[in-house]
Amino acid sequence: MDSHAIIATEGLTKDYVLGPHVVHALRGVSVAIDPGEFVAVMGPSGSGKSTFMNLLGCLDTPTAGRYWLDGRDVAGFGRDELARMRNAKIGFVFQMFNLLPRTSALENVELPLLYSGLPARERRGRARERLAAVGLADRGHHHPSQLSGGQQQRVAIARSLVNEPSVILADEPTGNLDTRTSVEILALLQRLNRAGLTIVLVTHEPDIAAYAGRVLAFRDGRLLSDEQRGAPLDAATALAALPADEEALA
Amino acid sequence: MTAALQSIRIALRSLRVNKLRSALTMLGIIIGVGAVITMVAVGAGAQARVAEQIQSLGSNLIIVLSGSVTSSGLRMGTGSQLTITEDDSAAIAREIPAVQVSAPMVRGNTQVVFGNLNWSTAIQGVTPDYFEARDWAVIDGRPISPEDNDGAGKVALVGQTTAFNLFGDADPLGQIIRIKKVPFTVVGLLDRKGQNSYGQDQDDIILIPMSSAKKKVLGKSNSNPRAVGSISIKIRPGEDMGEAENQIRELLRQRHRLQPYQDDDFWVRNLSEVLQTQEESSKVMTYLLAAIASVSLLVGGIGIMNIMLVSVTERTREIGLRMAVGARGRDILGQFLIEAVTLSLIGGLVGIAAGLGGAEALSYFAEWRTLVAPAAIALAFGFAAAVGVFFGFYPARKAARLDPIEALRYE
Repeated sequence: MDSHAIIATEGLTKDYVLGPHVVHALRGVSVAIDPGEFVAVMGPSGSGKSTFMNLLGCLDTPTAGRYWLDGRDVAGFGRDELARMRNAKIGFVFQMFNLLPRTSALENVELPLLYSGLPARERRGRARERLAAVGLADRGHHHPSQLSGGQQQRVAIARSLVNEPSVILADEPTGNLDTRTSVEILALLQRLNRAGLTIVLVTHEPDIAAYAGRVLAFRDGRLLSDEQRGAPLDAATALAALPADEEALA
Repeated sequence: MTAALQSIRIALRSLRVNKLRSALTMLGIIIGVGAVITMVAVGAGAQARVAEQIQSLGSNLIIVLSGSVTSSGLRMGTGSQLTITEDDSAAIAREIPAVQVSAPMVRGNTQVVFGNLNWSTAIQGVTPDYFEARDWAVIDGRPISPEDNDGAGKVALVGQTTAFNLFGDADPLGQIIRIKKVPFTVVGLLDRKGQNSYGQDQDDIILIPMSSAKKKVLGKSNSNPRAVGSISIKIRPGEDMGEAENQIRELLRQRHRLQPYQDDDFWVRNLSEVLQTQEESSKVMTYLLAAIASVSLLVGGIGIMNIMLVSVTERTREIGLRMAVGARGRDILGQFLIEAVTLSLIGGLVGIAAGLGGAEALSYFAEWRTLVAPAAIALAFGFAAAVGVFFGFYPARKAARLDPIEALRYE
C-alpha cells in the first residue's frame, strides 16, 4: 500500500442483507488518496458512492477488504474505536448542514471538541478561530435559524475543521444552496485545500465535480474511472464572473 | 467534571425547549414525591402520638386491678369489691426480682374547694413509689414523702389541669385546698402528662398520701382496710414483661388462696403492650401509605420514560450528528440519562416543597398530627433520582444504540 496515502482501501466490499436478498453495495474498491488532494466522488444513486463515503467516514464497517485511515487499519474496529477515529481524523459536511437547532453557531462548532475531552476554555477559543476562518467571526452567537443557508454551511465547515482532521468528507455540500452560494462554498473548500487539507466531496453534479483535482466515478458498486484533472476550475474566479447578488453580503 | 456540567446544561436547554411538556412530565414526579412525603408525615405523626402515650403511661408498666369475686355463684364484675391490698403490692415488690417498684393506689372522684372556687376532680391516694412507677415528675415543690404517708399528712400534689382550674395563673404551692372539707396544703405541681390512650385528661388530678385518702377522704373498706384499687408495677428495663406478668399472677393467686378451678379475682394489664401493638399498627400504616404514594411516583416515572422515548425519536438526527462528530454510545447514553434524571430531580425538589406544604395543610385544616422526618425527604428525593435513572435508561440506551447512518438520514 502507498505508505504516505491518507486514505487507502483494498478490495473494499459491503453487502447488505435485505430479507432473502443480498445487495452488493460495494464490490471490491481499491483506491488511494494522498494528503492535500481534492477528490470528487461521482455516480448515480445506487452506484455505491454513499456506501463508499460511509465507510471512509468510519460510520460503517466493510463486509470485506481493508481500509487504512492515516496509516491505521480501521476495518476491524468496534463502535467506540470508530467513534474515536471520526472524532480525531474526520470532518463531516452534510447536504442538510445538520446544525443543532436553538444552539449558537459557536457551540455548534465546539461540538466535536466536547467529545475529545478538551477543557472548555480551549474549546471556545478554537471554535472562535475556526468560525473566523470561514468569515463568520461576528455571528458566533446567532442560532442556525438566524443564518442564511450559505452561512449555515460555513458554520458546518467550521465545525468539520475544529478538530484539525486528516480529511474532510463533504456529502453534497452544495445540494441545498443556490448557484452563487454553492460557488462561494466551493471557493472556501478550495482555499482550505490549498492550505493543505484533504477533501473528499460527493456530488452527482459534473459542474461541482469540475472544481476537484481528481474525480472518482462509481457505478454498480465498482470504481468506473479514476481521473486526474490537470486544471480544475477555480471557484474564486468563477465567483467574480457571476453577476453580483445582494445575498452575497455575508 | 466539566463534561458533567456541560451535559446538565445541554439537558436543561433541551428541557426548556418544550417547557409545557417538561412541566407536565415533572408533575408526575412532583405528585409522587409530594404524596410520599405527605403520607409518611401523616404516618409518622400517628406513630409519634402513640410513642408519646407510651411515654406518658410510663415505660414497662403493668397494672393490677381489683377483679371479679365469685360469691355464691354470682360473678360480681370488675372492681365490685377491692380484692387486692397494700400487702399484695409489697409482696410483689419483695418476691419478684424483675419488679423495680410496685405502687398501690386508691382512687375516687370528689369536689375540691379553693376559696370560692370549686372543681370536681380525681383524687388518688398514692405512696411515694407511685412517681417512679408512673415516670411522673414533680416540676415544682416536692413529691409525697414516706413521712407524709406514715403520718397521714394533709399534703397534696396537683396536676396541671386542676391547678389551672383552681388557681389560674397563681402559684399553687402553699395554697390550702379543701377536699371533702379537709384542708390540704399543696406541696407540689405535677408535670404535664396529656391524654391517655382513651382520651382521658391525666392532668385533671390531685395526689395525696394513701393513708390520708383512706382515713380522711375516700374512706376504707371495713372488711379489708388494707385494700387498694390498683397497683402500678414498673418492671426493670430488659426484663421480659410477659414473664413478669405471669409471675405476678401466680403470686397473687397464691396470696388470695385461689384454687385451680377458681377465676382470678384481679386483672393484670400490660398497657405498654397494648400501646406497642398500636405503635406497630401505626408503623404498618405508615408503610402502607408510603407504598400507595410510591405507586404515583412509579406512574410519574413511566411518564418520564414516555417523554424520553418521544424525545429520542424527535432528536434522531441530532443523535446521528453527535455520533458522526465522535460521540460514543456511552456519551449519548449519558446525555439522555442526565436529561431524565434532571427532569426527575427538579420534579423531586418541587415535590418536596409540595409534600411539606401538603403535610402543613393537613395538620392545619384536618388537624391531623404530621411529622416530616428529614430521612423521609432524603428517601423521597433519592427515590425520585432512582426513578429517573430507571425509567430514563431504556430510552437512553435506545438512543445510544442508534445506527449513525440511519440516524443522520432520519426525516
